[in-house]
Amino acid sequence: MSMGVIVRRELNSYFSTPLAYVFIAIFLMLSGLFTFYLGRFYERGQADLIAFFSFMPWLYLVLVPSIAMRLWAEERKSGTIELLMTLPISTFTVVLGKFVAAWLFVGVALALTFPIWLTVNYLGEPDNGVVIASYLGSWFMAGGFLAIGSCLSACTKNQVVAFILTLVICFMFVVSGFPLVQDFFSAWAPLWMIDWLSSLSFLTHFDAISRGVIDLRDILYFIVMMGSWLLATTIVINLKKAD
Amino acid sequence: MIKIESLTRSFGRFTAVDGISFMVSPGEVLGFLGPNGAGKSTTMKILTGFLEATSGTVSVMGHDVANEPKAVQALVGYLPEGAPLYGDMTVRGFLNFIGQARGFRGDELKQRVSSVVQKVQLSRVLDQTIDTLSKGFKRRVGLAQAIIHDPKVLVLDEPTDGLDPNQKHQVRELIRNLSKDKIVIISTHILEEVSAVCTRALILASGKVVFDGTPDALSRLSRHHNAIAIKLAAQQDAASALSAIDGVASVDSDPQTGSFIVYPLNGMSLLREVNQVIHRNGWDVEELHVEKGRLDDVFRQVTLEGVST
Repeated sequence: MSMGVIVRRELNSYFSTPLAYVFIAIFLMLSGLFTFYLGRFYERGQADLIAFFSFMPWLYLVLVPSIAMRLWAEERKSGTIELLMTLPISTFTVVLGKFVAAWLFVGVALALTFPIWLTVNYLGEPDNGVVIASYLGSWFMAGGFLAIGSCLSACTKNQVVAFILTLVICFMFVVSGFPLVQDFFSAWAPLWMIDWLSSLSFLTHFDAISRGVIDLRDILYFIVMMGSWLLATTIVINLKKAD
Repeated sequence: MIKIESLTRSFGRFTAVDGISFMVSPGEVLGFLGPNGAGKSTTMKILTGFLEATSGTVSVMGHDVANEPKAVQALVGYLPEGAPLYGDMTVRGFLNFIGQARGFRGDELKQRVSSVVQKVQLSRVLDQTIDTLSKGFKRRVGLAQAIIHDPKVLVLDEPTDGLDPNQKHQVRELIRNLSKDKIVIISTHILEEVSAVCTRALILASGKVVFDGTPDALSRLSRHHNAIAIKLAAQQDAASALSAIDGVASVDSDPQTGSFIVYPLNGMSLLREVNQVIHRNGWDVEELHVEKGRLDDVFRQVTLEGVST
C-alpha cells in the first residue's frame, strides 16, 4: 500500500540521520531525570509510575515539536514536496503516512523507557494494567501533539517557526485544563464554556487514562484531535504548496 | 497527446500563465523557452498536477488533470526545477522508494531500478548518500526517478541548468534516446539546447505564447539567418559592390579587418550572387561562411515584443 511506502521512507530517514538517536537519548535522559528528581520516585515509596507519567505532557511539549517541525517545513524548503506531490499518491495518504511514521517513532522512544517499568516491578507490585493504560494514553497524547505539529509545519518553510508555533499551540492545549486557567475563566465565563475549555485539554483526558481508567471518550478525544489536525494539514498543504 | 486549453494561473494579482493553448503529440520534443518568470515552470507544475489551474483545462492522454490527477501522474515522469531529492537517502534507497510509490514491487521493482540505473549510468554511486554526489550525478538521479515507470510523458524543468558542458551533453544524449515514442517537454533558457534536442520550440513571455514552431523556423526569424560573412585578405571597400546585389538588405563592414557581413532580405540564400561579385572583382577571400540564425537575437526580439504588446 502506498501509505506503507511513505511510512517506511520516513522511518528510514529518521534513523539514517543523528536525529533519531539524539531524540531518543534526550527523551530517555529527561524522562529519567523528571521521574527520579522532580517526581521523587523513591521518596514516594509507591509501586506505580505516576511520577513518570505525570511529567510526560511537559516532556512532549518540548520534544515532540522538534520531531514535528521537519515533517513538512523541510519538504517545502528543499522542494522535495514537488516530487512527493506529483507521485500518484493522494495528499492525505502522504500526510497520514508521514504522521504515522513520526508517531511510531515516538512510540519507539516511549517503549525504550521500559527499564523504569522493570524497576517498579522489581521494587514492588504495581498494577500493570494501569501501567499499560498509561503507556497507551501517553502514546495517544503524543499523537495529538504530533498532529498539531504536522499542521503547523505545513504552514511554513522555516523549521524554527514551526517549532515555536507548535510549542505555543500545544502549550495552550495542555494548560486549558489547569486550575490556574480555569480560575481565570470561572470568575466570569459561563459554565459550559469552562467545561468546554477543560474538555479540550490534553491533561484532562490524559489524567483519566493514566489513572488506569480507559474511557472510550478519552481515546476518542485524541483520535478526533489527530484526525482533525491531519485534515487541516492536508488543506494547508493544498493551499500553500505553491509558495 | 497533451491538450492545453486557455490555461490561466494567477498568484494573487500576478498572472503567471495567461490563457495559453497548445497541443503536443507523441514523438515530439517540445522546448519550452522564455525569460525567467514567463510562466514555464508554472505551466509544468499544472501539467504534472502539482498546482491547480485558475481556469482552463489540461488533459493528458484523455485524462483531465483537475479531475483525475492520479491517472495523469501515473503517466507522467517529472523532474522539478533544481532536481530536488532526499539528500539523506542512498541512490538505491531513493530509487526503490520512487519505484514503490509508483506501485512496483518485488522482481519488477528490482528490474525497473536496475534498468534505470543502467540507462543513466548510476551503478558507480548506487550506495552513496545523495548529499555526497556531484551536481551531475544528482541530476541523473533526478532523471532516473522521472523515467523509472517508463512514462508516456516526460516533463523536465531545466534539466541541464547548472551542469558543465560534458554533463549537459550527457543529459541531452539521454533525452534524445528516450524520446522516441514519448512526449517530452523541456524547459530551458539555453537556446542551443532547443536546436540540439527539440523538434518544436514554444516561447512564452509574460504568460503568453509568443512563438510556436520548429527550431529552424525560429532561427529563420533572425536577421542573421543566411547572412554571409566575408573576410578579405587586403583592405578594400567592398561594401558598395556587395550592397548592389539584388536581395541584399544591408551590409555591415569593418574596413580595418576587411570583414563584411551581408544580410539578405527575408532570409533568402545569396551565396551564389555574392560569389559572382567576388569573382568579378577578383577579391582575395580569406574566409567566407553562411551564418545560421542567432537564436538569442530572436529570443530577445520575440520576448520583448511579446511584453510590449
